Amino acid sequence: MDYILHLWTNLGTGMYGLFTGWGLPGWGAKLIIDFIIILLLVILGVLSVIVLTPMERKVIARMQDRPGPNRAWPYGLSQAFADAIKMLTKEMILPKRADRLIYTAAPILIVIPALMIYAVLPFSPVAAGAEVQFGAANLNIGVLYFVALGSVASIAILMAGWGSNNKFALLGAFRVVNQLIAYEVPMILSLLAVVVLTGTMATQRIVEVQSIPYLIVMPIAALTFLASAMAELNRSPFDLLEAESELVAGYQVEYGGMKFAMFYIAEYVNILSTSILFSTLFLGGYKLFGLERVAPVLAPFIVMGKAGFVFFFMLWTRGTFPRIRLDQLVGLAWKFLVPLTLVNLVLVALVVKLSANPWAQAGLVLLGNLITLAVAFLIMSLADRRLKSAAPAAMSEANPLTSAAER
Amino acid sequence: MLSDYSFIGVFLVVAILFALVALGLAWLLSPRKPNPVKTSTYECGIETIGDTWVQFRAQYYIYALVFVVFDIEAVFLFPWAVAYGTKGVGLWALGEAVLFLAILTVGLVYAWRKGALRWM
Repeated sequence: MDYILHLWTNLGTGMYGLFTGWGLPGWGAKLIIDFIIILLLVILGVLSVIVLTPMERKVIARMQDRPGPNRAWPYGLSQAFADAIKMLTKEMILPKRADRLIYTAAPILIVIPALMIYAVLPFSPVAAGAEVQFGAANLNIGVLYFVALGSVASIAILMAGWGSNNKFALLGAFRVVNQLIAYEVPMILSLLAVVVLTGTMATQRIVEVQSIPYLIVMPIAALTFLASAMAELNRSPFDLLEAESELVAGYQVEYGGMKFAMFYIAEYVNILSTSILFSTLFLGGYKLFGLERVAPVLAPFIVMGKAGFVFFFMLWTRGTFPRIRLDQLVGLAWKFLVPLTLVNLVLVALVVKLSANPWAQAGLVLLGNLITLAVAFLIMSLADRRLKSAAPAAMSEANPLTSAAER
Repeated sequence: MLSDYSFIGVFLVVAILFALVALGLAWLLSPRKPNPVKTSTYECGIETIGDTWVQFRAQYYIYALVFVVFDIEAVFLFPWAVAYGTKGVGLWALGEAVLFLAILTVGLVYAWRKGALRWM
């Protein structure tokens, strides 16, 4: 029973013993185990496409009051496999006018950082005294690593748009990069608040320190991170790059077959890793009322369950909100989220110096967050009212985000 | 700690291999029958007019400039954030960071007032 409860650690230790028993040196055995873990993580990433796409299509279909895919056996759930086989056997067209090197390199470049983010996601608590730790690398720069890899995607997308030599693709790519860099700033600032509060960038350590989920402690940081993450992932309502009705498909328009599938894989791999990161940073990661200490074998499933809820929330917003305009998109990032997260960051820094007790810190940060939110919405409503009284004719366009302070 | 970075190294190799194997497999399995119509630019159904690689609107450039300022700020603030909570780092650290952020905020407000953040 005890063996089962600590299954992952025991498996790792067992394999380590097996490999060293064969005469391998300790680092060699560790390298092989690392390799196996990485293969598992990559398979998890690729499986996410096969699991998340049917889930997304089914859930969105239910929200829109239609059955969704229901032909492929069973209940349409194997649709993703059919798509995968189709993608593999479809011709990969190389457009005549495209820049060959850049056009081909973009799909490779986009999928590599997407997969590599899994290296810092903690799936299981650190087992004391064990030779081999199951799960991710406990990098001391985990959060920075995530941010750095996330920004590689914008280069790959720009390469795709530029290399296709297609006006729609280039326009789409410019839009995406504009969106990605705009939302990277609030994302970084909200992550910084977490780093200040925990005093570490290691994701594993952040989970250990987190006695109350930071979603409750710092709603501003959590919600800003979620909104920016959805923008970075090009989820609705921030899916301007795809904007099927305007831009055909944005930067992907010239891609077909497996090259297109690489963008698709990268997108869903990113969605899963961001959902896991959100549950790690703001929902307590693998913690669930002490269950992870009693039965560490369940820890990865707890993380995945929380990530599933985050993904469902993303689908829910997709089913609820219409796509926002480009100026509103950029305005929301620069004029609302950036100031808000800046205030939150200073607030958290102040509280950390005021008190060393984690519970007092949590209470003070929460109080400050609520006051900040109240003040922010007061300013917004005042700006909105002033705008409406100043220009009743333009009321249909009245939007405090885009126009308030520019008047 | 060093073994954690070797983990990243192995991961990089596996990720590159994954991309190459996936594309290579598709290259083996997929047909290749290009013709001039198929490889033409997919725009509006008619022959594309003019060059795609032209000069682009400056609006994006201004946003990118504001972004560069804030991104560099992040590079400076991450080490500060890690060191901030440790003992021996006094209120000075708070004052310095607040001053730094205030200068940044002035920059943001300036760009805002100048209309750089207005989409035209």
